[in-house]
Parts: sequence; structure tokens; C-alpha cells
Amino acid sequence: MGIWSCLGTSIEEVKDSLFNGKSGIGIEEIRKGYGYQSALTGIVKKPVLKGLIDRHLRRGLSEEAEYAFMASLDAFKMAGVDQAYLDANECGCIFGNDSSAKPVIEAHKIMDEKHDTELLGQSYIFQAMNSTVTMNMSTIFRLKGVNFTVSAACASGSHSIGLAYMLIKQGLQDMVLCGGAQETNYYSMASFDAIGAFSKNEENPQKASRPFDRNRDGLVPSGGAAALVLEDYDHAVARGANIIAEVVGYGFSSNGTAVISQPSDEGCVRAMQRAMNDAGIKAGDVDYINAHATGTRQGDMYEAMAIDKLFRGEHALVSSTKGMTGHECWMAGASEVIYSIIMMQNSFVARNLNLEEPDDCAQHLNLPKETVEAEINTVLSNSFGFGGTNSALVIKKLI
Amino acid sequence: MNRTEIEEKVKAFLIEELEIEEDKIFPEAKLKEDMGIDSLDFVDIVVIVERNFGFKIKAEEMAGVDTFSKFCDYIESKIS
Repeated sequence: MGIWSCLGTSIEEVKDSLFNGKSGIGIEEIRKGYGYQSALTGIVKKPVLKGLIDRHLRRGLSEEAEYAFMASLDAFKMAGVDQAYLDANECGCIFGNDSSAKPVIEAHKIMDEKHDTELLGQSYIFQAMNSTVTMNMSTIFRLKGVNFTVSAACASGSHSIGLAYMLIKQGLQDMVLCGGAQETNYYSMASFDAIGAFSKNEENPQKASRPFDRNRDGLVPSGGAAALVLEDYDHAVARGANIIAEVVGYGFSSNGTAVISQPSDEGCVRAMQRAMNDAGIKAGDVDYINAHATGTRQGDMYEAMAIDKLFRGEHALVSSTKGMTGHECWMAGASEVIYSIIMMQNSFVARNLNLEEPDDCAQHLNLPKETVEAEINTVLSNSFGFGGTNSALVIKKLI
Repeated sequence: MNRTEIEEKVKAFLIEELEIEEDKIFPEAKLKEDMGIDSLDFVDIVVIVERNFGFKIKAEEMAGVDTFSKFCDYIESKIS
């Protein structure tokens, strides 16, 4: 697995951030002048790709595809997969991504000025499509298997892992590079800011993202990329791969309600229950739930109600890593699986950063306010998105 | 702009924007074979030339323009 996020750009750095409750949130000043209601965002380092790959391979990379490339490099490296292996074997590619605003807007600015498509250059088309990540990763690494992008709002990254898992389970693929990517430029989140979903606590950026807290006032946008190499178990064993965890369950649902931005506890329950059924586990088997909770009033409340319905009285610890990361949107479902596996590998549960006073809806959840050192064998990771798309994954430690 | 200035300007954008190594740029160097410029690069070159020299390359005028020297000839002919 590989990660490029506001918590760090290596597994080790991210582990330290998670363990120590380090926030990756800050202010991007340009958002204020641009007209945002909130300039809060995850601060993600820009990768330097010059020297790493040829210009012909770089030119189609959008910002989020650059993040994804860095994460994919690390994921392949950790999996012991090099280019010679990829040239000789079939590996698929599925990423979650649901926007690529910057190249779209830049191209249209040129068109507004020049009124001539011949003055756009060749890069924008490969950067502007939602499939920019999978088309670029499949080209750069010369992949030969399944190749498409999942666009499912803030559940995109989670669904990408779920679909890769299903393809492998059905025997259609032996190995799939999957994950999620999210652009962080100031063009990308203006329309999200427009609906008043973002925290306005600009005075205390690192306290702004506060999932499940009574005084939460909205989410903080963030981004980067997360990549995982999923592989058929027997195939991985035969290859002598370093197996770090197993995806054992995937659940999905749609809310079936008529309001596009309205979450649903019932929809969340169905996704979680389906994932646990698929994994053949009961609520009591889950040690840790990585909640989707973003810090919005409605979203946190409905998820808390859903978790409460399935897990009241059970031992599962619940935390939202978004208190540290902000909401990594299209990437979140994949990055949070990586955060969870890091916790699993290092026997701890990251705290709910900024949770001071749990909201009434979350009173019955086991929400640690400090890092808890605990043996974690089974994780449930939730991701929910606009339009009522829900995804849940069950991950098990390889024992 | 004289011929030397045109050559320097073309060489500069080939190095800076297309990342072509300096030793691959010489008068008889083939744009495709020696410098590795592909068809998508030409789409960018139209934009770069417009920005640097103030005119738009027309594909039909580029027939036979296959070396650095001929490319500079073409630019010279358009701006003189």
C-alpha cells in the first residue's frame, strides 16, 4: 500500500501522525480572495515527478493523478511488484475519482480568451476526465487487466477496493491496483463550499474538523491519494508476497431517498450489514470501525444512529480519522482502509481528534478521545456519499 | 528578431518545455527521430510558438519541416 496525504507521504510518517493525533489541516489563503466561505483545507505536499518519469508519461497527469502515481509507486514496491513483473503478468487498475476541476477550468479560461481549441495543447484532455487516474496509471505502469474509474462521490475510493475484491474473488483478476485520489486545488471545492458544508472555524484550523463532537460546524476538504495492491490469496502466497491484510467483505447500498444530500441511517445499516454478511462475521467480531463521519451535523448523526443500531453493547472502538485528515472525499474510502491497516499492524486505534463533547446521537458509541493501544484483528471501514451511495469494507489481519 | 535569436528561442523552449537534451539539438537534428517529438508534442508546440512568436502554426504548412533548421526556417518565414 502507498499513501500521499496531509498526514504524510510514507506509511511510517502517516503512522506517526495517526498515533500522535497530528492534524494535517491548514488555511489556503488564495481561497479567501477567490470567494470561498471557508479557506480551510488539508495541506498536501506537491510531488516532484520530474526526474522520476519521462515527460511523455507525465504530461497527462492531473494533480490527483500525480498523487496517485506516488502512492502507486510505493504500493507496488511494498507488494514486491516491479515493472518486469507487470510486463509479464496481468494486473488491473481501479481507482475512485469523481472530479478533475483544475484542467477543466484552465482549458475553459483559455477558450474564453482565445476561442481556438488548437491553442489548448494536448494535456488537458487526459487530465480533465474523471478517469484521469486510471488512464494514466494503466499507461505509466503498462497494466494489462481491468481498467476503469469509479465515480461514487465520497464513497468512490471504498467502492474501488470493493470492486477489485469482487473481481479477484470471482477469479477474473489475480492482481488489481486500486485506491482513491482527490485533487486539493482551490478550483476543485468551490461548488462544495457553495452549499455551506465546510467548517468556518478558520481561527483554529487544526480544531476545525471535529467528527461526532457537539460543536462541529462542518467538514474540512482534503485530498491526496491512496493505493493498494489487491491480490488473490493463493497467487500472493505462490509469489512469496508480503501479505499485510485481507479484504474479506464488501457491502454497498443506495439510500432510496429523494433528497440528494440527505444521509440515511437505514442505507448505512444495509451497507455495513451486507459487508459483515459477506465476510461471515457478526457485529461482535469487529474490533474497530473507521467511521465515515466528516464533521457535518446530519452525516455524523445518521452514521452514529446506524452504528448504534448494529453495534450497541459490542466492543468495537469507533473513530473518524477525518478529525486529523479532513474529508479526503473521493480518496477517503481507500486512504481510511490504509489508516486502518496501519493501526491493525501497529496495534492501536487512532483517537477522534477534536472530540471534546460527543453529540447526543453518539453517546452510545465507543469513541476514544485518546490513542488506544489495542489488538485489532477485524476492521469495518465506512464510506458514504452524495446521492445515497454507501460502501463498507471488512478487513482482517492475516493471522 | 534575427535568425540567431529565433534559433536561441526555439532551442530554449525545446529544452525547458519539452525537456529535450541540449546535445540532441543541432541544425540537422530530426524533430521526431533525434529529438523524440511525437504527434502530441506538436499539439503543444502550436501553443508554445503562438506564445513566443505571435502566430499560429498551420499543419498544412509544416509538410517537409522535419529538422531543427527547417523548423527555424519556417518560423523565420512567418515572422519576417
